[in-house]
Amino acid sequence: MNQEQNIEQQLWAYIDGISSTEESTSIEKLLQSNLEWKNKYHELMGIHQLMNTAELEHPSMRFTKNVMEKITQYHIAPATKNYINKKIIWGIAGFFFTLITVFLIYGFSQVEWTSATDSKYAIDFSRVSQVDFSKIFNNNFVNGFMMVNVLLGLVLLDRVLANKRKKFQKQT
Amino acid sequence: MSTGLGDNEIISRVLKGEQNAYAELVNRYQAYVFTLTLRMIKSREDAEEVAQDVFIKAYRSLADFRGESKFSTWLYTIANTTSITFLRKKKLDVHSLDNEKVFEVADSKDSGFRANLVEQKSRVNMVNEAIAMLSPDDAEIITLFYKAEQNLEEISRILRLETNTVKVRLHRARTRLKEKMEKNFSEEVKNIY
Repeated sequence: MNQEQNIEQQLWAYIDGISSTEESTSIEKLLQSNLEWKNKYHELMGIHQLMNTAELEHPSMRFTKNVMEKITQYHIAPATKNYINKKIIWGIAGFFFTLITVFLIYGFSQVEWTSATDSKYAIDFSRVSQVDFSKIFNNNFVNGFMMVNVLLGLVLLDRVLANKRKKFQKQT
Repeated sequence: MSTGLGDNEIISRVLKGEQNAYAELVNRYQAYVFTLTLRMIKSREDAEEVAQDVFIKAYRSLADFRGESKFSTWLYTIANTTSITFLRKKKLDVHSLDNEKVFEVADSKDSGFRANLVEQKSRVNMVNEAIAMLSPDDAEIITLFYKAEQNLEEISRILRLETNTVKVRLHRARTRLKEKMEKNFSEEVKNIY
């Protein structure tokens, strides 16, 4: 950025009132003592004032009527937060968290921890590797996992329906 | 006819089923929204259609307005996205430099004609014309800042940009506007400085 651009940027910030107190004080001093800054300030102030004089454009006289005629065909959509239930989001997050945890456990069980024992910082994971994960990751485990998720889904569905029932009762 | 009610009061009335109350919001903001869409789209006919679309979209999603920002900021966000969608449909790349070139070419073609008319034009017209010569992005940010009374934070929310980026873009837009004015309205500009 060249010096002129830098001066302009600082002056615009000053004109817009977004300079810090220190910056404003130093700019005010420069405006009193430096002719280059003073001239540039007058130039930018001229543009600033000119831009404030710009007028708004107006649409046709029928604009409001047209909009009001069109909106009679529509209904206000329910607020997004009403149909995006937070519990469902938490349920989905819980499902993925469980899934990731299961895969991590399975992944770690496959690692050869014994090769890292040479290092003096090595942690003794031998006890973890002794666990027989093949017993856990069998068909029964998968069935159980699915069962838990189905139950979780049913609980969430029940809560959603209960909320809707409460709202309906309040309205009536 | 103005009711003197605040935007949020009118919105709650509309949400309670008083559809006609929405006309007050349309009357209040139609010039702002139309100016914004016109600055981006450049054609009055298309801009009016898009502005109507903005108010219809705003009406349909009025229940989503939570009052965390000003209604005008929320409305201009819809105006911004609707105008961009319209421009994309028309296959105009709003962000490319080509766009700037297109406006520069159009600008140079009729600058002779402008020179003859410049004396008859008021300063107001001159500024409006100079803004119209800018690219949609530059014209939008200048309109939001000067005409739509939005501060930098609000503009950053409307354009989904960082406040510092908005600051830089506004600075660049003003520089380009200044260049346009100096190039096309040199005599008028001399009297201003």
